[in-house]
Amino acid sequence: MAQDMTEKELLKMELDQLKKEVKNERQMVSKTGKEIKEYIESMAGEDPLLKGVPEDKNPFKEKGGCTIS
Amino acid sequence: MCDQTFLAVVFGPCDKCSKEKPLRAVYIKSEQLSYCSLCVEMMATEGLHENETLASLKNEAESLKGKLEEERAKLHDVELHQVAERVEALGQFVMKTRRTLKGHGNKVLCMDWCKDKRRIVSSSQDGKVIVWDSFTTNKEHAVTMPCTWVMACAYAPSGCAIACGGLDNKCSVYPLTFDKNENMAAKKKSVAMHTNYLSACSFTNSDMQILTASGDGTCALWDVESGQLLQSFHGHGADVLCLDLAPSETGNTFVSGGCDKKAMVWDMRSGQCIQSFETHDSDINSVRYYPSGDAFASGSDDATCRLYDLRADREVAIYSKESIIFGASSVDFSLSGRLLFAGYNDYTINVWDVLKGSRVSILFGHENRVSTLRVSPDGTAFCSGSWDHTLRVSAGSTCLGCFFSVMV
Repeated sequence: MAQDMTEKELLKMELDQLKKEVKNERQMVSKTGKEIKEYIESMAGEDPLLKGVPEDKNPFKEKGGCTIS
Repeated sequence: MCDQTFLAVVFGPCDKCSKEKPLRAVYIKSEQLSYCSLCVEMMATEGLHENETLASLKNEAESLKGKLEEERAKLHDVELHQVAERVEALGQFVMKTRRTLKGHGNKVLCMDWCKDKRRIVSSSQDGKVIVWDSFTTNKEHAVTMPCTWVMACAYAPSGCAIACGGLDNKCSVYPLTFDKNENMAAKKKSVAMHTNYLSACSFTNSDMQILTASGDGTCALWDVESGQLLQSFHGHGADVLCLDLAPSETGNTFVSGGCDKKAMVWDMRSGQCIQSFETHDSDINSVRYYPSGDAFASGSDDATCRLYDLRADREVAIYSKESIIFGASSVDFSLSGRLLFAGYNDYTINVWDVLKGSRVSILFGHENRVSTLRVSPDGTAFCSGSWDHTLRVSAGSTCLGCFFSVMV
């Protein structure tokens, strides 16, 4: 538990973690960013909050109607 | 003849090094021991040594952090918004509050959607947990917890149970029953036990396991049936405030955020932290995976939201404005991941264009801090909970005469 650890123990935990992370494999942002962009573009057509939904298909449309006479 | 004083010296095995030497009496924690003069010297310098060790650990940590930054910078060849330069900008954004759920007696702290895209569970400072039908606004179930500040709640994947907890340091599961004669509280099952408050909880892919985050600095995975601890996750240096499970296709990982300003990605099976990110300037209140699982967003008390790309292993976008000075409490993506919704302590909800980094809409309506925000499972609406005791379900609108959102 972090709350029970001394400053030294917390530092040691952080150090061990950092030593592991320096060895992680990484890819270029130009490649991964492009993949994020492509994912969005492929899904954008089905995103109701992005494209909007016609009122009659919207499950949260207003209840009841009003008549104008 | 003068009187002579003789110093009696005990000769024997040293209590520390066991060598046969002249011994001196030392007192350690009120216990008397006999040390040789060499060990006495070493003990005296140990105090000094302790401080040196702390300082050298700090130095080592700083230099490793520097090295990690260097390695990450090598792959930072371009910014996300540059990659998205040719993507069409977003047009007019009109959102409207469609439902207001009233019934909590105090601050709403957490909410979650049911997989049926219709039901919502919410929890409050007054100890009540309510299940709503968001289409009709009817309350279907209500239970009173034995503690106040129920900071976490979650819907089970089957829709047949809910989990919640807070200042009781536990996470409890309540099966949902439609039998009017049954008392929901009677079937309560205590699953998780932490040594400090429960800040977040989530079922995994089934009703059988729950993941929890706590003020005690740890996250944990529990078996619901037996209450057994399956795995614990140590690494945060302070309270853990939030967690989110990776979308099931991307495997067994989850991300957590804490008061140590770190976001950490964990392997659920081994308990190991795979990656960690420390770029926020304050507590991380909310983390949410990007729909594809390759990235996650965070919201923090430093008034910014950030996007972290897991394969590039770095922060790739910051969503902030000079005019936004209050902390972001809760974030979630729209279905495609193009929009990031974030609730803030200044009572507003900002909608960000994830690719371009710009804000595309502000939503007003809540009369106090927005504490929790989730997009519905099919992406048609999002629900926000607030310290103003209400929850609001908002969705897009094709009507233009709406007063609740502004294009910025």
